[in-house]
Parts: sequence; structure tokens; C-alpha cells
Amino acid sequence: MTGIPIDKINGRAVYVAGNDIDTDRIIPARYLKCVTFDELGPALFYDVRFNEDGTSRNHVLDRPEYAGAEILISDNNFGCGSSREHAPQAIGKFGFKAIIAGSFAEIFHGNCTTLGIPCVVMAQEQRERLAQLLAQDPTLDLTIDLAARQVTCANMIFPVTMKDSVRDAFLAATYDPLDNLLTGREAIDATAERLGYA
Amino acid sequence: MGRNLYQKVWDDHVVRQLDNGQYQLFIALHLIHEVTSPQAFGMLADKKLKVAYPARTFATVDHIIPTDNQSRPLADDMAEKMIQVLSDATSEHGIEYFPPSSGAQGIVHVVGPELGLTQPGMTICCGDSHTSTHGAFGCIALGIGTSQVRDVLASQTLAMDPLKVRRITVTGKLATGVTAKDVILHIIATLGVNGGVGFAYEYAGPVIENMTMEERMTVCNMSIEGGARCGYINPDETTFEFLRGRERVPSGSDFDQALTRWKGYASDVDAEFDDEVIIDGSRIAPTVTWGVTPGQAISIEGSVPDPEAVSGLDRDLINDALGYMKLKANQPIKGTRINVAFIGSCTNGRLSDFRAVAGLLNGHRIADHVRAIAVPGSEKVDAAARAEGLPEIFEAAGFEWRLPGCSMCLAMNPDKLVGDEVCASSSNRNFQGRQGSPTGRTILMSPIMVAAAAIRGEVADAREVFGLEEIAS
Ligand code: SF4
Repeated sequence: MTGIPIDKINGRAVYVAGNDIDTDRIIPARYLKCVTFDELGPALFYDVRFNEDGTSRNHVLDRPEYAGAEILISDNNFGCGSSREHAPQAIGKFGFKAIIAGSFAEIFHGNCTTLGIPCVVMAQEQRERLAQLLAQDPTLDLTIDLAARQVTCANMIFPVTMKDSVRDAFLAATYDPLDNLLTGREAIDATAERLGYA
Repeated sequence: MGRNLYQKVWDDHVVRQLDNGQYQLFIALHLIHEVTSPQAFGMLADKKLKVAYPARTFATVDHIIPTDNQSRPLADDMAEKMIQVLSDATSEHGIEYFPPSSGAQGIVHVVGPELGLTQPGMTICCGDSHTSTHGAFGCIALGIGTSQVRDVLASQTLAMDPLKVRRITVTGKLATGVTAKDVILHIIATLGVNGGVGFAYEYAGPVIENMTMEERMTVCNMSIEGGARCGYINPDETTFEFLRGRERVPSGSDFDQALTRWKGYASDVDAEFDDEVIIDGSRIAPTVTWGVTPGQAISIEGSVPDPEAVSGLDRDLINDALGYMKLKANQPIKGTRINVAFIGSCTNGRLSDFRAVAGLLNGHRIADHVRAIAVPGSEKVDAAARAEGLPEIFEAAGFEWRLPGCSMCLAMNPDKLVGDEVCASSSNRNFQGRQGSPTGRTILMSPIMVAAAAIRGEVADAREVFGLEEIAS
């Protein structure tokens, strides 16, 4: 469904460090037992946040100074592994509105885009500087400006990248492609006919 | 200039270019299952949409189905509900469904090829990342999220950007005891778990061409673990012979017609690739993982890496993995004690996998402290294995022979590791907590290596355990 245009995301941020954070870690498989995505927020990163007896492991997401953060920062190949949309759903339901990382796994990136969660890529040096700023002062506000392809924080500018087609989709509110796909019904049927799939 | 298979299949299936520059791609075959698809039907209902091409979608249950007792209602209420939602949705929308006891149920990536639903030149989607398996037939086969499952149900199309194509040529000849699983683990360890981001992988060269279809599926299955969105192998006589006579494959003159079309999809001899990698197949050893990503893999002769040898995030990654796996830097991987052995999954749960192991198990018995299960990938695999007496051979060696499903590959059913048990597994993911226990540890390897580990009670070299000749140096 065509949603609302997304051009700027503003909020506090939390840095969950690590390369190759997979979707099994983001949402363990036992939480995939659901017929809707509504209840997934609290299960985000469950096994790294809690011990088996349910006590907190003092994960960065559970530290009071980062409560209410709306921007998630991580490192390379974020969201690799399973295609489960439960992962971006859990991230969204937890309260995150955007993700900054060194790179993203493709299926995860596509899932986030469809759900209206922009994924922007930031170089390692810049991420380290940003993480340092946040470690010093977790109350700092960040703004991700998709049109300008930059993040601002404490009067500093951090360049980010995002594919043109994805950025345009956020700006034009067409990141959920379904309406657009459905307008092609005649062309779809013609293709099916041509390929013998009709 | 010639085109490669990816470009040909892509060009054929493009419906039109969308305003944002992406392409609308027609999906020839859509496979659905109980974990990522029921939610999509809810989304359709919200929008009052119908399924556009129900005859191009097929459903089965695999992820949460128990492998000991599949009688309904299932003991797990939520599992029962998910299966019920899928079954209701398929009958409401006129989608063909293969439930347990239909004779065709199984892991979605085993079922598609064995029925002949998977055919060369198709675009194939499923809400499961290992959809890349189907690329073995010369397809663009993509794992998708639930919203995209909704898109395909509603429109039979996806919005996509084209991928680049990297050809990976595996030269030479595999040594005895080295399998397709070792080849793909080696490729991923060489190129990295994110080496394939933005790419489709074309696997080529003599080692790949000499593989059976089942072996090719094992290779393509794990493309996604190397970061590639999909992987494929050009269709050839091996492909066509596999398909001939299958239930959903055209027969007679229709087959001949299809054959001509299928042949046309193979990459042209002068096709261009965005990148080329050559791997010397003769130097691949039986390969096992030591860490928590499929790329953290080494030869069975190798030692666990030393974090001090690298810096920065790489060092953190190794430290993290060693801590989780409770392994020490520089320790040989061989001899690592295991508690559980699992043979199954869409990577290695096909008839040839069980045959290969059964051929070696004779006279052997698993170690006393090991729990071992063999889980056929589908009801057809199970039936064929039974007809050959394979379950008896596994049981005589101390394995349990189970009913078909994903089982301990992701442990959404009762088959789980307990505590920090170590599992020698023929599946495809060794992520933290993947096999059902938040502290469970997974070591990925080929089915015959799992059998060797089960017998010795520790990670072992199948070539030594089974006295395979011509031990590679
Ligand atoms: S066997 Fe494992 S990887 Fe394959 S479909 Fe099932 S859960 Fe996914």
C-alpha cells in the first residue's frame, strides 16, 4: 500500500556492534510461531538480551540510557541468513524507524524497504566516530536525511549511501510496491501468455 | 555479445520497468509453507485481494512439522494453528497443497524438484532463503520476505533490481571422500559470507558439470550463505534426464518442445560476467565449520583460527565465535567432541545423501554418548529409502529414522539441541541458537562426515573412519 513519504528520520540511536548479525540472532526461530507479526517486538535479539532463565544480560538495547532509541546502528552484512520478515518486523515493532550499517544482506534490506524502514549504509570510519559520540552522550539526536544522503548529529555530518531507486521510493512513498505492481495487470497477463504460463 | 542464463531468464520474465527504475518480474513458480506464508494471506484479506495465478503456486508444510508423530491435531497448539491457517488459505484460494500423508509432502526445496515443478528457465520464489536450491536446474530462484509473498500471491510478480553475475568455475577433479557440501563450504569460506552480496552465482567447470542433480542442489542451496541472492547451474543432459518422466514435467512431444526451450537458456559461450572466480577443485578437502557462520569453515585437517592473527572487527568476530563455540585458538578441529548427529535438511536430505551414508555404515555403530537422527527431506525420499531398506541400516547403526520435515535444521519442531550440546549437522546454518537451544553449537559438514563424527563421537575424517581409498595429501 502506498504509505507516507519518508524523507527524514529523527531520533536517538543505539549501536549494536558486530559483523554478520544474522536474522536468527535478531529473532530466534521459536518466535516464528505466529500467524501475525504483531507480538514480535519484545522478542527482538532475545537470546543475546536474556539468559535462559529470563534474567537480563544487560544488553545495550536494555540499558536505560538507550531506552526509546529509534535508530539502530550496526556493522557489516547486517540481517544475513534467513529471509524471515519477522526480523525487520521485530525491529519495527520494537520501535526502530531506520537502520544504519556498514552493509546489509539483500533479502533483509528488501524486506525493510517494503515495510518503510530505511536502511542506509555508512562507512566504517564514520560509524566508529558516530558510535563514539553516542557512547559519550546517549541523549544525542540523530537525523537521517534521505534526500541529502547524510546523517547529522551534534552538528557533524556523516555521509551515507542508498540506492537511487530505493531512496526515490521512500521519497515518493512507493516503497511498498504492491499498488504499483497491480496496475500492470494487463502487462502481467500478456507476459504469462507469452511464456505459456497462463 | 552473448548473454548468460541469468540475463536470458530475466529478460524473458520482465513484465515492464516501474517508475522508480526497478523491474516488474513475472514469477513462474511460487512455493509456500506454513511459517512465512500464512501472514501474507492475512495481508491479502486486509486489502480484499485475490490470488492472481493460483495454479502457479504450490504449498506444503515442513518447518514446524514434528518428525516423530504427525497425527493431527499436533501436540503444539501454535504449530497446529499455523498448519490449519495454511491449509484453509490454500483451499479458499484454489492453491494445490501437499499435506502430510499425501505422498508428496516434504521440505519445499526437496518437493519442487522431485515433482518436476522446478524446470529450467523459470523464475522461482519462496518465502525461504534456501530457494536458491532450485537454481540447480538453471532457474532464477529467489528467497523472499512475507510482504513479497503477498506481492507474488496478489500479482504473480515482484519488484526487483537486476543482479550482477559472478561465474565460479571449479576446475579439476574432487578427491575421494570430498562431496558437493565440501565444495560449497569451501567456496563460502573462500569468498566470505557477504562476498556474494549483489550477485547471482553461476557455478561452472568440470567439477560442477560432473555432479548429479542432487549434488548440484546442495551447491546452489547454500549460495545464500555466501551472500548471493541466488545461484544457478546451466541446464545440461544431466538436468534433462533428471526431469524426464517426472510427475509434473510434460511428456511426449511436449517434452521435446520443452527441451528445445530449456537448452536455449544456458549461458552462451561468449557470455559476459561481471566477475569471475576460479577454484581448484582438486585441492578441496572435507570441510567443516568451526564458528557461527557458514564461512567460518576449514579443512578437516585444519586448526581453529587465532584471533591474534587479525585485527579490528575480524578479531572480534573470531573471538565471539570461539567464545560461543567454546573452542580454543589453534586447536585442531578434528577430535572436537559431539553430542548430536543430524542428517537431513534441504541441503542434504535427499535420497542420494542417505544412500551414500548407508553404503558406509555397515558394521559401524554410533558412539554411546551420541544421539543421532536421520530425517528424510520428503515423503518421496522416505518411501524410496524404505524401498531400498535404508532405514534398517541407519537404525542398526544407532540412528533414529524420522518422518520428513526441516527438523533440527531450524528446530521449530521438537527436534532441538539441549543446553550447549554440539551437533554435527548436514544442514546449512551454524548461527548462534540455530538448532533450538540458545547456547547450542553446530558444526556443519557433509552427510558422510556427520556419520563419521557420530561413530567416533567427535569430529572425524570420513576418509579415515570408513577407510576410503586414495586419501588426499
Ligand atoms: S531444511 Fe532448513 S534451510 Fe531448508 S527450508 Fe527447512 S528450515 Fe529452511
